[in-house]
Amino acid sequence: MAEEALFEFLHNEIVAFIIENEHETKKEDGGQNAVSKLERIGFAAGYRIVERLTREWPRFKDELDTMKFICKDFWLAIHRKQIDNLRTNHQGVYVLLDNRFRFLANMSAGKQYLESSPKYLAYMCGMMRGALSNLGLNCVVTAEVTHMPACKFHIQVQRS
Amino acid sequence: MNRSVDPKKVNSELFTLTYGALVVQLLNDLESVEEVNKQLDRMGYNIGVRLVEDFIARTSADKCYDLRETADKIQAGFRLYLGVSPSVGGWGPAGDEFSLTLDSNPLAEFVELPETCSNMRYSAILPGIVRGACEMVHLEVTSWFVQDQLRGDPVTELRVKFVKRLEDSVPPGED
Repeated sequence: MAEEALFEFLHNEIVAFIIENEHETKKEDGGQNAVSKLERIGFAAGYRIVERLTREWPRFKDELDTMKFICKDFWLAIHRKQIDNLRTNHQGVYVLLDNRFRFLANMSAGKQYLESSPKYLAYMCGMMRGALSNLGLNCVVTAEVTHMPACKFHIQVQRS
Repeated sequence: MNRSVDPKKVNSELFTLTYGALVVQLLNDLESVEEVNKQLDRMGYNIGVRLVEDFIARTSADKCYDLRETADKIQAGFRLYLGVSPSVGGWGPAGDEFSLTLDSNPLAEFVELPETCSNMRYSAILPGIVRGACEMVHLEVTSWFVQDQLRGDPVTELRVKFVKRLEDSVPPGED
């Protein structure tokens, strides 16, 4: 689809800008700050979009129901596909596996550019955190790549 | 119970909301609103440079022989990527400039500008995209907003002015 290309280019530009901007003001926090900025942009977008997605939906039954929503409908709406695998330990840890993650798909199929992959995942991590946060779950979302373009997202629900 | 979402709609909302979050971040990071305008334009340019390839591949568009054809192509681009059809008009007497008029601006769908950002060009990425895309097909143009709904105008009007034809040997310019 055409509009996807536009979104992907925008995402690339955001990543490039934030990283570049960070190099100039590197003294304070090093590279970490850049990733958290990307994550924050994702958070803001995710927080808002999930509100629109679930506008006419019944309330979710429980945490697992919410996670299923993220894996199926949320992912389908954002990435035009479902998550390939969902695992949980039933204690608040969920692992979502996407075998062909969109932002990495056009980059490489293997180990090339592996070291620059984290900055292309931060936005999506933030997006999921934002979505879950608006659905009432306070989470920590991290991502892990061992073989591009597959990507594993770890969601840890914070209970307090 | 209605458990379905319209993927097409979501995609444009995803773009709009991401863009909004980016603008907020830029306003935080950069000192002045002018700086933000400039940065958005530059990002637009970078996107346009790459987007034009996608556009030509998708539509198998031919070379344009006059500016009217170019205007039609740009209009088609808006339809393809943003799902809106701007009307082309307002041709200058020399036929070297025209306006694209949008009844609604998809980028600004959920936006209200606060007083402090009155000289903000919220959608500055669009003229940047047009400029970058044209440059890759050997047309140097300038592009700017003359009307913006966010600033109280009835429509959003993007002006495009042809500057010159770029020669083959000229390397693509850096911003």
